[in-house]
Amino acid sequence: MTGWETLLTAAIKVAVAFALLLSLTIVLVWFERKIVADMQNRLGPTRAGPYGMLQTVADGVKLLFKESVTPRRVEFALYIAAPIAALVPALLIFLVIPIGRPFTLGDRVIDLAGTDLNVAVLYVLALSSLAVYAVVLAGWSSGSKYPLLGAVRASAQMISYEAAMGLALVPVILFTGTTSIRAIVDAQAGEFLSFLGIWNIVLVPSFLIFFIAGVAETNRAPFDLVEAESEIVGGYHTEYSGFRFALFFLAEYINIFNISALTTTLFLGGWHGPTFGAPEWLAWVFPIVWFFVKTVALVFVFVWIRASLPRMRYDQLMQFGWKRLIPLTLVWIILSTVAIGFRRFGAPWG
Amino acid sequence: MGAWQDFRKAFGGFFVTARQMVRTVRGDGLVTTQYPQEKRVKPQRFHGRHVLNRYPDGMEKCIGCELCAGVCPARCIYVRGADNPPDEPVSPGERFGFVYEINMLRCIFCGLCVEACPTEAITMTSLFEFSVTDRDDAIYTKRELLVGEDGTPNHPQDPNRLIDLAELELADGWMRATSPSGRAAYEGVVAWTPSAGVGLRPPEAGQGEAEAVGSGSGAGAAQREEAGDESGDAPA
Repeated sequence: MTGWETLLTAAIKVAVAFALLLSLTIVLVWFERKIVADMQNRLGPTRAGPYGMLQTVADGVKLLFKESVTPRRVEFALYIAAPIAALVPALLIFLVIPIGRPFTLGDRVIDLAGTDLNVAVLYVLALSSLAVYAVVLAGWSSGSKYPLLGAVRASAQMISYEAAMGLALVPVILFTGTTSIRAIVDAQAGEFLSFLGIWNIVLVPSFLIFFIAGVAETNRAPFDLVEAESEIVGGYHTEYSGFRFALFFLAEYINIFNISALTTTLFLGGWHGPTFGAPEWLAWVFPIVWFFVKTVALVFVFVWIRASLPRMRYDQLMQFGWKRLIPLTLVWIILSTVAIGFRRFGAPWG
Repeated sequence: MGAWQDFRKAFGGFFVTARQMVRTVRGDGLVTTQYPQEKRVKPQRFHGRHVLNRYPDGMEKCIGCELCAGVCPARCIYVRGADNPPDEPVSPGERFGFVYEINMLRCIFCGLCVEACPTEAITMTSLFEFSVTDRDDAIYTKRELLVGEDGTPNHPQDPNRLIDLAELELADGWMRATSPSGRAAYEGVVAWTPSAGVGLRPPEAGQGEAEAVGSGSGAGAAQREEAGDESGDAPA
């Protein structure tokens, strides 16, 4: 593969990923509003387009054309940088997630992922930590009290749950023996009950802890005290409007999708799923469909949680994170390490 | 007390939302209506905007006594009476309401004016859509308040956009205050006068005369038809 071919492939992948994420956000916002409406005995958006599907498009267009108000006391450079710093990690995380089976074009194998890093899991954790910067910068540079309070809460929350999130992935890495996401997906390919793969969901505590920490990472209900409307207006993005607010909004929904996609990839077998004996020319569709079915199911859980649980208090959040989640994860790491050790090396007395 | 109760406490909410979602998707849980297209039936005594009624022969009921203005807690009614011209009387009495204005921005829709009115000239309808683009338009004068010869109120809004035309035809949404204390279940003589376009209103349920005079809506419809015959019914 020549250099420019690699470059071209990468460019196409990035463009497709970008377009996919933007259009997915539009669908996800609509999906969330509809689901929450159903759970609250309402109809949700119905006016714009069929079933109100264009409501998000209308909202987006409105945000783009709105004035981006800049308050007088902002630190301008950081104030501008913060929304970008929120969006960029969100976009970058998606690049390591394979959304379908690799396919061959001529003599080359092309992954349906932006790239395959051998440290992809660490890369994901690193980038999701970077998202904290956006929140803190936005809160501080706004020069206003509510964003600052939101940012303080956000940094504490994201750092706390970052720890649980990373620790929850330790058993997964030990179990599959790799930090490459492609290899982790491949490791879940086997047959079980004739059609289900041996997914990493057998590591149930890891799955649950990772997902809970993921909800906290994305600042979603019930961990949305970062942007608790009833206490601190909009939290860190109180002083943002128009396009700059749209970037934060976009980042939040892309992060929801990312966490769901990551959970799918790491625990639910990624794009693996039954193809029902479809012919080869059709079989490539199934992995993509399976990936999105699993991911959207997890997004639904996100929405379900939001519609069901009240917002946690700050001390409850900290207690849950440090006193419950992290000790539980540590115990689980020890247990799973012992189990994996037995599985790999046999019993020491045997 | 045990693990099950704790589980219920922690995750019971999820089953509530799931159940409500299933209900809504099935279509029997919906509590909202698509407002401009669908309208809820409003209660009979709904406190909507006011109208000034006429007798079936077209005479105005208002006698310009200003009791409504006096009782109004929001001070939103302005009335100035005048002597009826002898050759062309506007109302059956000595005087009539020469100027009658209600500031709808101030009105609190308490209905005290309706109770105070000695001739049942002012009543409330079930019309409630009166947004305006100019504050002056919110001051309803006799032009908006006085019903037409057929009992249809003159509404300043564009009828194609918001107004429920069926409600316009049935202007008198609220029954007259029949009880001195305002009790709905008033047992006593109901002695109101017929109105243009509506005729003689049937008594409400719970009012002793109601069961004696006739049964509910059937009689009311017949009377309305009767009234329509003599004064020309609302346009279809």
